[in-house]
Amino acid sequence: MSLPHLLAHIQTHVALSAAALSAGTALGVPLGVLAARLRGTRGAILGLVNVGRVIPSLAVLTFVVPVLGVGFKPALVALALLAIPPIAINTDLGLRGVPPAALDVARGVGMTAMQAFVRVEWPLALPVVLTGVRTAAIEVIASATLAAFVGAGGLGEYILRGLQAGEPALLLAGAGSVALLALAAEFTLTLAARRAGERTA
Amino acid sequence: MLLGPSGCGKSTLLRTVNRLVPLQDGRVLLDEADVASADVTTLRRSIGYAIQEVGLFAHMTVGENVAIVPALLAWERSRVAARIDELLNLVHLDPHRYRDRYPRELSGGEQQRVGVARAIAARPPVLLMDEPFGAVDAIVRASLQEETCQIARTLQTTILFVTHDVDEALRLADRLVVLRDGKVEQYDTPLAILSAPATPYVGRLLGARDVIRRLSLLRVRDAMVPGTGDGAIPEIAADASLRDALDAFLSGAETLAVRAGAGRIGTISYENVRRALRAPAAAGTPP
Repeated sequence: MSLPHLLAHIQTHVALSAAALSAGTALGVPLGVLAARLRGTRGAILGLVNVGRVIPSLAVLTFVVPVLGVGFKPALVALALLAIPPIAINTDLGLRGVPPAALDVARGVGMTAMQAFVRVEWPLALPVVLTGVRTAAIEVIASATLAAFVGAGGLGEYILRGLQAGEPALLLAGAGSVALLALAAEFTLTLAARRAGERTA
Repeated sequence: MLLGPSGCGKSTLLRTVNRLVPLQDGRVLLDEADVASADVTTLRRSIGYAIQEVGLFAHMTVGENVAIVPALLAWERSRVAARIDELLNLVHLDPHRYRDRYPRELSGGEQQRVGVARAIAARPPVLLMDEPFGAVDAIVRASLQEETCQIARTLQTTILFVTHDVDEALRLADRLVVLRDGKVEQYDTPLAILSAPATPYVGRLLGARDVIRRLSLLRVRDAMVPGTGDGAIPEIAADASLRDALDAFLSGAETLAVRAGAGRIGTISYENVRRALRAPAAAGTPP
């Protein structure tokens, strides 16, 4: 396996992780907003989301493959499901952490519910939400190695082949790249969360 | 001015005016218009609102916080910018130093000044203030009180003010509502309430027998004897309170000449102060 080969697999790995993270954010944020907004739903939503957290991704893959077949799609579904819990939980947490006084004033000066959300609640919750996205990103990047089991490619291929062929070099190339990707994601998203939180901290 | 202990309903009453608390019964009239019949967002944008916790938006600069209502009213950008500087000057914060700072960089007193500036940004005819100076020390509070009164006079704003601080109420109020357990105990001028508390509760709350408090509500002008007095005696301003006069008597003066502008208009002695205290409440206007 050559260097261009490795780069191609990194690309697949990144594409898969990014797609899963985007899908997880697209689903996790609304769930978190719902949980924070409708008191009655919080227990149900967060409970469900936490159950999702406990089920290993490998098990999810086993369930998804018979329905979606092998390749990119089942891996995406399994990883997106993995990304939802931390994002939904932190969205709920961030929104509930908005100071009551700020909300009171937002309503008191005549913002509509939508304006109060867009101008006050969401920006104040954003640093916490981004922390959730960061946690999800690291979990997704690490777990995306499993995609190799369903033929979706990515850096898991190296680990898989390294194991099968008894070649530690391949194993290390794969695992090392995954670790570097995870660190890069951690660094970028920590920076983003800090920038968003700089003013409010 | 709404005065009462915590839990008496004064904040709730205040919040019925901008409909943050819905009314179950009765009506709130602003300039004879029922607030219930107004559009709720329009109503709130026309009423200033300042609270003890200030509730500045931490992700916005001081300038953006101050400009929140003008922004909601979609003022033009240049007009908003000019208004921000004008308001910050009004609350004694240098616009160049403060406009682009974030709330967390400000002291408690500075934050409350920004809160006041935000509340009056769109020149509301009515201003609701819920213990707006409750979280700052006594010295800062006194200057904020003074400045707010001045602003309200200049802008001809009616302030509905909630406090549990009796001295604050007596110092600032034109008219005072004393509340207890959700009921109005008395509604009158501070002096009238001090002189003739309607219930024993009001008397206790205000410390009605507190002579010093009453004296600080009476002006030298209203208690003096017209004349010019001897050239040698010490002077006191006509608009000073009788408390100030008492201070002078306690430190040795027997008679004071009353000065208004460039000339003397009368004299005042300890006996005049005593007589003013015995006089009915109608005698004075607050200094």
